[in-house]
Amino acid sequence: MTEITITSYIILGTALFMLLNSAAVAVYAERRIAGRIQNRVGPNRVGPFGLLQPIADVLKLILKEDVTPHNSYKLIHTIAPIIPVVTALMTVAVIPFGEGIYATDINAGVLYLLAVASLGVYGVTLAGWASNSKYSLLGGLRAAAQMISYELPLGMAVASVVLFVGSLSVVDVAVAQENWWFVFLNPVGAIIFIIAAFAESNRTPFDLVEAEQELVGGFHTEYSSMKFGMFFLAEYMHVVINSMLMTTFFFGSYHLPFAGYWLPEMGTAAKAILDITVFTGKTAFFVFLFIWVRWTIPRFKFNQVMKLGWSRLLPLSIINFIVIAGILFFFFNG
Amino acid sequence: METYAFVLLAVLAIATALGMILNKNTVNSALLLVLNLVSIAGVYLLLQAQFLALIQILVYAGAIMVLFLFVIMLLNVDEEESLFDKFRIKYLVAFLLGVVIFGQILYSLGGVTDMLPEVSSEMVQIGTVEAIAEVFYTDYLFAFEMTAILLTAAVVGALLIAQYKVKDSGETE
Amino acid sequence: MIGIDWYLALSAILFTIGIIGVLIRRNAIVIFMCVELMLNAVNLSLISFSAYHGDIAGQILVFFSLSVAAAEAVVGLAIIIAIFRNNLSVDITKVNLLRW
Repeated sequence: MTEITITSYIILGTALFMLLNSAAVAVYAERRIAGRIQNRVGPNRVGPFGLLQPIADVLKLILKEDVTPHNSYKLIHTIAPIIPVVTALMTVAVIPFGEGIYATDINAGVLYLLAVASLGVYGVTLAGWASNSKYSLLGGLRAAAQMISYELPLGMAVASVVLFVGSLSVVDVAVAQENWWFVFLNPVGAIIFIIAAFAESNRTPFDLVEAEQELVGGFHTEYSSMKFGMFFLAEYMHVVINSMLMTTFFFGSYHLPFAGYWLPEMGTAAKAILDITVFTGKTAFFVFLFIWVRWTIPRFKFNQVMKLGWSRLLPLSIINFIVIAGILFFFFNG
Repeated sequence: METYAFVLLAVLAIATALGMILNKNTVNSALLLVLNLVSIAGVYLLLQAQFLALIQILVYAGAIMVLFLFVIMLLNVDEEESLFDKFRIKYLVAFLLGVVIFGQILYSLGGVTDMLPEVSSEMVQIGTVEAIAEVFYTDYLFAFEMTAILLTAAVVGALLIAQYKVKDSGETE
Repeated sequence: MIGIDWYLALSAILFTIGIIGVLIRRNAIVIFMCVELMLNAVNLSLISFSAYHGDIAGQILVFFSLSVAAAEAVVGLAIIIAIFRNNLSVDITKVNLLRW
């Protein structure tokens, strides 16, 4: 375990701040891109190009009345929105944003990411249960089932990456991709990871959890004001976090493609700026992918989601894992 | 530092455990158990067992307890009527039994603590993933494979039990 | 580094709480959770012995106990669902068909 210095606190603070802001940017991007895709304008009244729209949104949410339904379980109803926000924020601690730019490097960082991600399900499930409303309960149950199911292929996809790296440290995963991104070496794993990440962050085509047409608002039907705002924030933070994870595990982290072969030596400062730019650019692309898919593809039925998770993705990811392990063992032997 | 962390985690663990067995509401009990498991994971970290601390959160808090919550929510279990209104004698007996067992454990533990070797710093650094994996895939390989079979059997058995249709109940579809 | 006695005492207290829980509760799910708590108390003592002996075998044993706990939870919850289906309750005092 590396020592925790003042630098790690600065990096952690900056990363948390940027993550909170990126959620606002993602909300704005979502609304503008949705407008674009549906041949309309999208929000463009507040500030230049509507850039101040997220601030207006937050202001609106804060000023609204905070309703806690009669007969709901008040304590849990209040705690539930905090959980997904906290788990999203906790993730940042181990993600490297550039060469040597990370808050901490724990030797089981990948496990840490999976463990934190697995706690996120509580927020949605408890919100659904505590609201004491049938729509919310159905949304919460769906969330629990869906997120447990897709954790397995997600974990197997990550495990197939770990096979290449030979270390559970996220920093090592990033360093190992200097020449070859893992998406080239492990395309099946990348696809599985992307699908599972969509399901984990409850986005279309897997947004059964909040499916407007069937469940009103799903788990957050009974939420209003800033409690709803927390769920909203958490959803977009999870989109950003999952984009970061895709970047880190499969799309070369902060490296340009095949950077080890052609990228010249650079000064520390220039390299740091380049690294962070590359990382942010890739993350932004995946956030765009999330939004693009949401406004293009219709929703699955719940039985289809379960079937896809358990009888397609899980066996596929296990086979992928075994094949990669076999190839690495017999042809490269270490 | 370590002492403060331990006291904090221990108090949290004991408080949540007590809360779990005394709470009327099943969902609250389950949540308190989650907190309890997380604080025990913290104690594992103090003991330098990083791998097991993460696995504890991943497996217990992240999977098993979600399953519990799922079942509780699915069955919509009604609250037990207040815990302390009747059967007082039963609780007394239970408490006495608990104290007896506690005394037994303490007695048996008291006999062994002075047999421990001196603690050196490299002894404590053993809980990393590499160290555990090394022993796992050499000495304990057979037992490890058996675990896989056990888990498979458990999944199949659980499906069989849970999907079994009761023949003469009119309500099942 | 604090002495092993403290870890063992914590483990013993948690185990006792688990036992008392099993004895006083009637809700099958809560009883089951108390069993999980007892398993965890034992795991804690195993890990503290492992750390203070500098021997990794204790942690290996905890890993096995975790996997057994996972298997046990799955089967146990399935049984609870089956009980609920027959009795429409998870109160174990109502599961008395085989009682004399």
